[in-house]
Amino acid sequence: MNRRVGIVSMGYHGFSAVTPDLSYRELVYLAASKAYAAAGIEPQHVDMFICAAEDFCEGYSISDEYCNDQLGAVKKPVQTVCGEYLQAIGNACMLIQSGLGKLVVVEAHSKASNMKTHDDVLSFGMDPIWNRPLKVTPHFVAGLDMHRYLLDTGTTEEQCAAIVVKNKANAMLNPSAAHAGRFTVADVLRAETVAWPVNRLSIAPRADGCIVTVLAEESLARQLNSSPVWITGTGWATETTALETRRWGSAPSAEIASQMAYKEAGITVPSQQIDLFEVDDSYAYRELQALEALKVFGKGQALHALDEGRLGPTGDCPVNVSGGSLGVGHLLEATGAQKLLELFLQLSFKAGERQLPDVTTGLAQAWRGVPTTTSAVVICSNE
Amino acid sequence: MGYNKVACVGAGITRFVRRAKETGRELAWEAAKMALDSAGMTLKDIDCVVMGTAPDAFDGVHMKGEYLADGSGGFCKPYMRHFVGGGTGVFAPIHGWQHVASGKFDTCLVVCEEKMSSTFPHPQGAFITIFDHTTEQALGPTLIWIFALEMNRYMQRWGLSERDVAKVSVQNKANAIDHPAAQLGQKITVEDVLNSEVLAWPVKRLDISPASDGAAAIILTNEHKARQVTDKPVWVSGVGWCLETAYWATRDLYYPVYVEKAAKMAYDMAGIREPDKEIHVAEPYDPFDYKMLHHMEGLLLCKRGEAAKLVADGVTARTGRLPCCPSGGALGVGNPIAATGLMKIIELFLQLRGEAGKRQIPGDPRVGVAQAWGDLMQVGTVVVMNR
Amino acid sequence: MLNEKLPGTPMSSEEFEKAITIEDHPALEYAWDDGVAIGRYLKELKNGRIVARTCSGCDRIMIPPRMFCELCWRPTDEWHFVKDTGVVNTFAVTRVNWDASRRGPNEPPLMPAVIEIDGASKGMGILHLLGDVDPKKVKIGMKVKAVWKPEKERTGAITDIKYFKPY
Repeated sequence: MNRRVGIVSMGYHGFSAVTPDLSYRELVYLAASKAYAAAGIEPQHVDMFICAAEDFCEGYSISDEYCNDQLGAVKKPVQTVCGEYLQAIGNACMLIQSGLGKLVVVEAHSKASNMKTHDDVLSFGMDPIWNRPLKVTPHFVAGLDMHRYLLDTGTTEEQCAAIVVKNKANAMLNPSAAHAGRFTVADVLRAETVAWPVNRLSIAPRADGCIVTVLAEESLARQLNSSPVWITGTGWATETTALETRRWGSAPSAEIASQMAYKEAGITVPSQQIDLFEVDDSYAYRELQALEALKVFGKGQALHALDEGRLGPTGDCPVNVSGGSLGVGHLLEATGAQKLLELFLQLSFKAGERQLPDVTTGLAQAWRGVPTTTSAVVICSNE
Repeated sequence: MGYNKVACVGAGITRFVRRAKETGRELAWEAAKMALDSAGMTLKDIDCVVMGTAPDAFDGVHMKGEYLADGSGGFCKPYMRHFVGGGTGVFAPIHGWQHVASGKFDTCLVVCEEKMSSTFPHPQGAFITIFDHTTEQALGPTLIWIFALEMNRYMQRWGLSERDVAKVSVQNKANAIDHPAAQLGQKITVEDVLNSEVLAWPVKRLDISPASDGAAAIILTNEHKARQVTDKPVWVSGVGWCLETAYWATRDLYYPVYVEKAAKMAYDMAGIREPDKEIHVAEPYDPFDYKMLHHMEGLLLCKRGEAAKLVADGVTARTGRLPCCPSGGALGVGNPIAATGLMKIIELFLQLRGEAGKRQIPGDPRVGVAQAWGDLMQVGTVVVMNR
Repeated sequence: MLNEKLPGTPMSSEEFEKAITIEDHPALEYAWDDGVAIGRYLKELKNGRIVARTCSGCDRIMIPPRMFCELCWRPTDEWHFVKDTGVVNTFAVTRVNWDASRRGPNEPPLMPAVIEIDGASKGMGILHLLGDVDPKKVKIGMKVKAVWKPEKERTGAITDIKYFKPY
């Protein structure tokens, strides 16, 4: 049963460091209104809804119970996935491919500004017996991984800092970006050490916002949008939460997830067949690590691509031209949504000043953050 | 409608206990391993894993789906956790169905786990966080308020007494004596229920299922794989789920419209037109005794307001025309929230294969329905299974 | 068939006391943006009034107020003050606190209720408490009125109403 799935529209509101004027309900209503209006649909036409959310990001339990009014999904099939947005997209594709639904909506939002003790929440995600009692900043997990990555690949802290510079500069052309700016490598290296070698500026700062995606089975997608963006491959994987036994330095979950997606999309040489990449840069080093896990470059080769300018917006392998999480803001479980949004805009030729020429295929990859090893990948095409 | 057929081919479950020595991961592992063994499969045969587990606040771990991945077989595999409150346990096979029916995966390991005992001073306290943080939490609500408010409204609407409702607890706890996982299988009387401590009138201690630790797991496969693994696959022939508004105080609580909608979605898929005649065995969710009645009506197994009479007349007993909760239900087996729903699915699986041992209902049951419920009296999840 | 002996080791509370345990008291703090609708709701509670929103699509008068109608899928239209009286839709009586501790012998029971507010649409209720009434005398359908905190003690919270009592 190979039903093709298309993105009909994406509606969003954001992204900014705070959103004091809107409750989470009002925020989601705005984004959903835009998504439905762009698709020319009413929520009563939608078959199923999927929300991506975590209780401790929202600050209340059973967050799924509060997700549907503001989507117009009252008395509808609604499910919440405690996972990355891109996993929820993969789920939505399965719903359409099963034939059970023709029109499916996916939502996630970030109200990170409402989390007063975010690092404590991250620590709360760690094993309570083996890891939490150490009482170290949760970013230590990224520090361990980054250190291993630098060692294994010969990447330097300067090169990681250059990722921060690139992405925040890219974000200057993104009107939705919350954390754009002109930085130098020296600026980044001067920043406060958080968990060496991770420093403050290399951690993607958080932002608030909401993104709603309307997906449809092929013939309906074509009715609603003259040029939908097709989802050609999805994949997701978890390696292990155990810090003690995971493979440090190489992001195996991103590799497994991308292999699943590549197989579906018929991608064998990603660097040639994919025109733009929006990958995890929640910590700057992760962009280079992801590109290698995704086999865009061989192990220890991403740093050369960076130095040669290939990853910039005018390079042959543009990465995070939206500004990434470093420039746009990290949106908790909606982070992958922002990456998918960039693909959607670019492949629809609606990316304004940041529009890349002649793009046909894009890849979005996101990671669920410390202390997880869960990644998800979505590949899209406008052909 | 031409969906890929999805079958359940194996099951595993741990004991449900108030306080387990095992960690959440260990409980999940026990159930998952048992399910794989029962199907003669190993983790290598599993293409993807789906995890159902209810509020993170219980286990005291943020992103507890990730925390449980190792114990659930989600190692270097596509692993996804879904969450629909108390409806999770019956949504788990639905989530698994979505994975396999799509054709993207051939096999799926579905695991549900709950470790409520981690919360101090008492798991009940975690439930305050399910209420609206601004308009409700300051009033100091508990989960039991919800049940008491709903039970009162339901009883008042149909002129039922606490005695009428207590019969469900008596039936289910007695049924549970025969369930090896049971936490509270016991012979009690209606008087015992009526005399038990009032927790929030009209709800009394023996009207309620206990907080529990436990895990359950099933294996779902496509038709091709199912026929390789077993000669008695049980098909997941209908799935339905529905979420009502979060503004729960604007709804008349006496009837679960959302359960009915979910049930109709599942019945339509399964080709069932007269559930009260075509369903041979039912496992409606029974965290509180009146809920089994409430849900029997929502599942269209009887007319509104008539469920209590069916129980009183013995229709829902194991030897009755429409056995409900032959497992012993949450009331008798225990209620480790997500695992309870999957326990009910496993009961259907065993009953339809004639493998429910002392709990086996007579005749040749071929069609069953399981249902779970949750959130602020909002979500209905329904699965129809048949041989 | 399930084995008679299933895995899972029950522990009694005595065994639990003796086990090695790890305690964690995480600092999990949130400050939720009230937004437009609830922001106004709370502000009016401080003023001793209950405010709702109307939707001309379905003709509902809704509390708690919302800026969008979840049924019509359109923005709501106007603010509308409703009364602080109502009718009990359902209620419960309990001596158990939120953390499972029991109320003291001199403490009155808690009586949570869904109260359909007069002036709002039929069935439009809010969760609150009943007070100053003998639990045995409470009935579904009973008419009740809000008992407010004195003005200077109100902070803009649902607890600015202490409870509802029959009138």
